[in-house]
Amino acid sequence: MATVHINGAAVDIGDEKLNLVQAAKKAGVEIPSYCWHPALSVVASCRMCLVEVGEKKPDGTVAMQPRVVPACQTPAKDGTVVNTISEKSKYAQERTLESLLLNHPLDCPVCDKAGECGLQDYTFRYGRATTRMIEEKNTPPNKDYIGDNVTLFTDRCIMCSRCVRFTREISGTSELQILNRGHHAEIDIFPEEPLNNKLATNVVDLCPVGALCSKDFLYKQRVWFLKTQQSVCADCSTGCSTHLDYNKDIVYRLRPRDNPQAQGHFMCDEGRLDYEYVNAKERFQQPLARVEGKLTPQAWEKLGPQIRSELVGLARKKGDAIGAVLSPFLTVEEAYLLAKLMKSIAPKARLYLGYVPVRGKDDQYPQDRQGNPVGPAKFTIRAEKCPNRRGVEAVLRQLQGEVLPFETAVRDAGNGTLQALFVTAGYSPNAGQWYQTAQLESLKKTPTLIVQDLMPSTLSAEAKYVIPAATWAEKDGVFVNHANLAQAIHWAVRPGWFGRTDGQVFADLMERRGLLNAEGLRKELAAEIPALAPLAGNLGEQGVKLR
Amino acid sequence: MTEFEPVLLKRISKKASPSLDAYRADGGYRALTKALNEMTPAYVVDSVKASGMRGRGGAGFPCGVKWTFLPKDHPGPIYLCINADESEPCTFNNRILMEEDPHQVLEGVVLACYAIGAKTAYFYLRYEYGRAYRALQKAIDEMYAAGLLGKNIMGKGLDCDIFLHRGAGAYICGEETGLIESLEGKRGWPRIKPPFPAIEGAFRKPTIVNNVETMACVTHIIDRGADWFKSIGVPPDPKNPRDAGSYGPKLYCISGHVNNPGCVELPLGVTVRELIDKHGGGVWKGRKAKGVIPGGISMGIMTEAEFDTPLDFNGPGKVGCLGLGTAAITVFDDQTSIVDVLYGIARFFAHESCGQCTPCREGTGWMMKILDRMRKGLGRVEDLKILDDVAKSIGIMPGTTICGLADGAGWPIKNAVQKFRSELEEYIRKGERSTAASLQMVGAH
Ligand SMILES: Cc1cc2nc3c(=O)[nH]c(=O)nc-3n(C[C@H](O)[C@H](O)[C@H](O)COP(=O)(O)O)c2cc1C
Ligand code: SF4
Ligand code: SF4
Ligand code: SF4
Ligand code: FES
Repeated sequence: MATVHINGAAVDIGDEKLNLVQAAKKAGVEIPSYCWHPALSVVASCRMCLVEVGEKKPDGTVAMQPRVVPACQTPAKDGTVVNTISEKSKYAQERTLESLLLNHPLDCPVCDKAGECGLQDYTFRYGRATTRMIEEKNTPPNKDYIGDNVTLFTDRCIMCSRCVRFTREISGTSELQILNRGHHAEIDIFPEEPLNNKLATNVVDLCPVGALCSKDFLYKQRVWFLKTQQSVCADCSTGCSTHLDYNKDIVYRLRPRDNPQAQGHFMCDEGRLDYEYVNAKERFQQPLARVEGKLTPQAWEKLGPQIRSELVGLARKKGDAIGAVLSPFLTVEEAYLLAKLMKSIAPKARLYLGYVPVRGKDDQYPQDRQGNPVGPAKFTIRAEKCPNRRGVEAVLRQLQGEVLPFETAVRDAGNGTLQALFVTAGYSPNAGQWYQTAQLESLKKTPTLIVQDLMPSTLSAEAKYVIPAATWAEKDGVFVNHANLAQAIHWAVRPGWFGRTDGQVFADLMERRGLLNAEGLRKELAAEIPALAPLAGNLGEQGVKLR
Repeated sequence: MTEFEPVLLKRISKKASPSLDAYRADGGYRALTKALNEMTPAYVVDSVKASGMRGRGGAGFPCGVKWTFLPKDHPGPIYLCINADESEPCTFNNRILMEEDPHQVLEGVVLACYAIGAKTAYFYLRYEYGRAYRALQKAIDEMYAAGLLGKNIMGKGLDCDIFLHRGAGAYICGEETGLIESLEGKRGWPRIKPPFPAIEGAFRKPTIVNNVETMACVTHIIDRGADWFKSIGVPPDPKNPRDAGSYGPKLYCISGHVNNPGCVELPLGVTVRELIDKHGGGVWKGRKAKGVIPGGISMGIMTEAEFDTPLDFNGPGKVGCLGLGTAAITVFDDQTSIVDVLYGIARFFAHESCGQCTPCREGTGWMMKILDRMRKGLGRVEDLKILDDVAKSIGIMPGTTICGLADGAGWPIKNAVQKFRSELEEYIRKGERSTAASLQMVGAH
């Protein structure tokens, strides 16, 4: 057990291997830092974290070192004494910040990072309010094309080298480098070798300042207008924890949220940039029913009971003539409700797992320049392009005893076994086309085809009823990733004019009263499904592992 | 006092041939023969330790002590790197040794490899030294042909290879970990320590980095014994408990405004005045000196009044300088503007800062810009405070940067602001301007 003394307060850090930045954080003390990042190698070059340190001897006396040390490079040991507010420490911090601003353009009013910028924040907290420099600043050229998704405002760079280390150590692709020396050093790519690896935009999050910016987000919103919700990426079974940044019912940005249990610190560009469809105008706004051959808007208050009684009627004739396809984009709660709905109408109702999109192989990083994985995996984009196959399967296994694949639903529809089929979809564009033309031909043979989806498709065009679906940005619930980690997502924006999530639709059809409460529902399903028992508890920010 | 008889420059002063045969005829490779026949590696290490010889590369770390920092019983490989980057302005002692008497250096290299258990030595040579490159390569070829390199040297089972590696021309690649990074094919960015190179150096293996002149000294220590070496130079200063003494002969470079610039060998401890007057032929054009830049330009500035300071490892510190450095003095006469001297120095460091540490990267550039403005007659008295403050934060306050380049950049500024304050203030007040003349002096790299 080790005790570290930070600004006079003793903190027990146990057996953890921490540097002084981390140890101080435990004591609630911030040591400003730029170049250090827990996922990258230590270079201790920005010199932002300089502090005075010493050692507390067993006899209680303290011997301070004459030199300041970088806190990020200094391990916290038993008896380490740190003073972050001594004259020397404060002087060093102030001088480093003054240095960083010498050649900085101070164009905060037009900088995307303003409001969440490390240079602004630390200058405010540890720097000086005025400049002593009257010299002309260096003005290296901005590089608007260093990659498809990233742009570089060279003059804002503080040369922390995080971006360079990311491409060397995490993606492995090494596109970024530093050109020139001294105060003329600048970040660049090699000619004709743009920063286009699949993890590229992480450098934007890593960049402490507004040097590297996301082209997708650039000039869309001032960050102080954004609100943030905890979410999980739906684009593959890795299930990266995310921050979902939104304002006035529009999703503006996804950022990775640190989660050692899930993906770590980063996310891939595919997942990050695949949110536009949430905001898309083409989405269904109201439920539709076929009237005189044409899909026509209906009031849900009328349509819901109509669908229910139709299902009940058909099931009365033949129990296993009704079925539902449970999309792997449904939350666990939704899958549970839909399964319960169908089974409550007819215990023999057939439940199918929706199409599970798989593309290529798991894509593991770091990779060499040829695209071969090297060394231990630091990030993996998974081939399975959906967020919750495992969660839906757990529900199916319990409530039906087996998992029937999507192909079986297609077969049963094609051979006339099914009189009614409730197909949920909600696939993200990244998942790709989720049924083939031949499958469409089979599915449309079902007399009562109910399609719940985001946007019009050739399948919804054949449906008898169409119900708008909601995305992950609009609902509360749980996704279970490839490693059986159950993580909570939270709603940030409202699901269009229709205003109901998929879960709410199922609850309405079950004639459950009132608004859906995901947490309450989890307690209920956890009691019923042993495999999902851990969902009864608090999922926290990092989720819980199922067995 | 009898004239000191040169040791390192002995053959060079006689214009002896640099060939292997000539070197052998003058007693060359006697030390190596003796070591391989009579001494264990540990004995060689102990001898160098006992000689008290401090590294000649600038930092003055006791050579034998450094060798003992290697991990014991390491399975290898262990590497030796010879630092022949010699980029410190006004420093050319390594160059003379390599060009004129390469075997003297290379014998030391093989001895050092034997002592520390290295089978491979990388000779890191600055690119601009074409003549030294050719001389060294020729000498290395001769050694291979004579069985002095390669496998089973002198039939004594010692294996040793020397690779001559040319740098691409950057001052920072003389810093030992910058050198190692460059050797590995990377950008010459000094590493953070620990680990020190002796534990984890080139290619992540234990590595010793030594200067060229250090290697030449090793040859003579083994040839003539530690006691002989210790009989030359200056014992530790009793008033300075951290002084480890300044033993042995040293090559001093004299340049700038003197009549006879050049390189001389003298026992450590000669004064600046003696170097200028006796060996440099006095200040040029009959003028008086205003000051010298000792130890290359990284060690600070001495005024004329401080010229009686002995140039050993302990002396310069007594007058506020950083240390002995490379023992190269650059004289500037009383007509030289101190602003020009400082601008030349600042320009060098701004150009050579590798740029990874914020204070050094930005501070060196800022100091240069301020001094440039001063030279244009636009200085302000408050600039002196800023210069002093920047110098303090880029190395003078210990720990602020990764490597010693920043100290070197800060020290001359700090010294000048203190020692030449009235001249600087007057220059600013009068709005004086400068011409480019004195730039040539401080090696405008
Ligand atoms: C910026 C900088 C440049 C240096 N350049 C050289 C050099 O050119 N040659 C050299 O021998 N040492 C140079 N050094 C010192 C080396 O880091 C190292 O101390 C030396 O090579 C060790 O050799 P020695 O123990 O034999 O003196 C430099 C140090 C710094 C900080
Ligand atoms: S671009 Fe950003 S992340 Fe990269 S070195 Fe500059 S400040 Fe750091
Ligand atoms: S790796 Fe998978 S879960 Fe993570 S961001 Fe990419 S698509 Fe989303
Ligand atoms: S002190 Fe200067 S030269 Fe040395 S590592 Fe830091 S930036 Fe580079
Ligand atoms: S965070 Fe410690 S030196 Fe950069």
